[in-house]
Amino acid sequence: MLNRNDSPLVVCEHVSCTYGNAPVVNDVYLKINRREFVGIVGPSGSGKTTLLKAIIGAQPVAHGSITIQPQLTIGYVPQVETVDWYFPVTVEEVIVMTRSKSSWWPRITKTESIAVREVLEKLGIADCAHRHIRELSGGQQQRVFLARAMFCQPDILVLDEPTAGVDVRTRHEILHLLADLHSEGLTILLTTHDLNGLAAHLPRLVCFNKTIIADGNPREVLTSQVLEATYGAPMEVLEHGGMPLVVDHGRVTMRNEGK
Amino acid sequence: MFAIVALDIFEPYGFQFFRNGLIVATIAGALCGLLGVFVILRGMSYIGHGLSHAVFGGAAASAVIKINYFLGAGLWGIISGLLIARVARRRVIGADAAIGVVTTASFALGLALMNRYGQASKSIEAVLFGSVLGVKVVDIYAVSVVGLLGLAVVVLGYRKLLFTTFDRDVAQVSNVQVSFVEAVLLAMISLTILVTMRVIGTLLISALLVIPAASARMTTNSFSRLLWVSPIVGAVSCFLGMNLSYHLDTSASATIILLDALVFVIVYGLAGVKSRTKMASLGHL
Repeated sequence: MLNRNDSPLVVCEHVSCTYGNAPVVNDVYLKINRREFVGIVGPSGSGKTTLLKAIIGAQPVAHGSITIQPQLTIGYVPQVETVDWYFPVTVEEVIVMTRSKSSWWPRITKTESIAVREVLEKLGIADCAHRHIRELSGGQQQRVFLARAMFCQPDILVLDEPTAGVDVRTRHEILHLLADLHSEGLTILLTTHDLNGLAAHLPRLVCFNKTIIADGNPREVLTSQVLEATYGAPMEVLEHGGMPLVVDHGRVTMRNEGK
Repeated sequence: MFAIVALDIFEPYGFQFFRNGLIVATIAGALCGLLGVFVILRGMSYIGHGLSHAVFGGAAASAVIKINYFLGAGLWGIISGLLIARVARRRVIGADAAIGVVTTASFALGLALMNRYGQASKSIEAVLFGSVLGVKVVDIYAVSVVGLLGLAVVVLGYRKLLFTTFDRDVAQVSNVQVSFVEAVLLAMISLTILVTMRVIGTLLISALLVIPAASARMTTNSFSRLLWVSPIVGAVSCFLGMNLSYHLDTSASATIILLDALVFVIVYGLAGVKSRTKMASLGHL
């Protein structure tokens, strides 16, 4: 008899998703255990987001099955680009939204306000609570949605491209933040196309292009064969400071170069 | 002497039909302003437009088979609303095309039925452009009931409505019954159109759902404030528009909507560039 803590949180078996008639995700087998930190890497349009949405239940599955552990709370952080930043809400209102199932009272209560403050403090943006979401920097925007996901005390945190469109410093901050949350015992699943900046740092990588091409430790997975199969372009893997470093060969010669 | 009489602002209040029309229009303005907030933030303005045409079909059909207007047109409107939501969700055809098919067909059916069985073309004009004369006491009850219902839905469902409007996917992940919330909202908009139609008319009703909320949006960045500024703008413009229409001898609905548009232009002018950027999220209007 398996203990609840030992059984996997998410099991995808032969999962396929279609968009119209076009297959976007094809025959995926993926198991995510408690306390894992998994990154799905692949090029744009490879179906990463679709797979993620299928796992959280926002995308219908055409074939196969996704089994989620009962009573699992999922904290989802969408791609920053998909958020309507002009929408009239403050940071506090965004975070309290996840409580809409348990409370009907329209106003934010004192208890909720304190809880919001705690989460914001943990993520280092305590002074943003009453600001409109438009008035935030890129790093703060990402943290607000992370805070919203954390607010419902999730068992698993699911992030779609958490470092898309942010600068190097913000990327480091986010990576450290996620590493801290993971070391506190949180299970994390994310997608990224940032191989060197994010993927190479994770304990487990899934190379994905419509289907799973490789799954394992970055040292095993990040090879030129796997990456070529994933990205469809020649790539070389070097080692730098004990970490795999991916270099692509897409060199373009510019006019007047070297003059 | 004539000028003094014409300027007497209380003169229209002597007429029962005007008092009824004024009450219905003012409550309808507040209600449309309230629901309009969701219409503009969800980019549903075309749905409002479409539903009013669909309700017209229902109104004509219920007149022909001689059942109660509110029952017939109301059921028709709600069914069209749910049908639109269902067709649009399937993504086989775009939501705008789905609305186009469902509502124009319904509108055409209404027209054909009125041509064939209606008494006179005058009643068609009343349905299309609204008529203060057609307002009865039962309309006051109807608009009041729907108004209270709308208020109850927005207050009790505030969090769910905000969540699903802002972030549908995550709301679904957080176990909010997104489809149910959207169905309730569509049903409320259908009911609002139903009880407002006799004063404002089919063709101009969607303006009442869009303009006050869009004007209010430029004045605030707070969702909760938007929910009371927009109904106030809607109610005040309907109240003043009704009075003006009597004195200017213009159509009530046209006057109300021109007044709404004037408010929009003034707010737009005063808002300055910074506040106008708030309109950016309404780019799909």
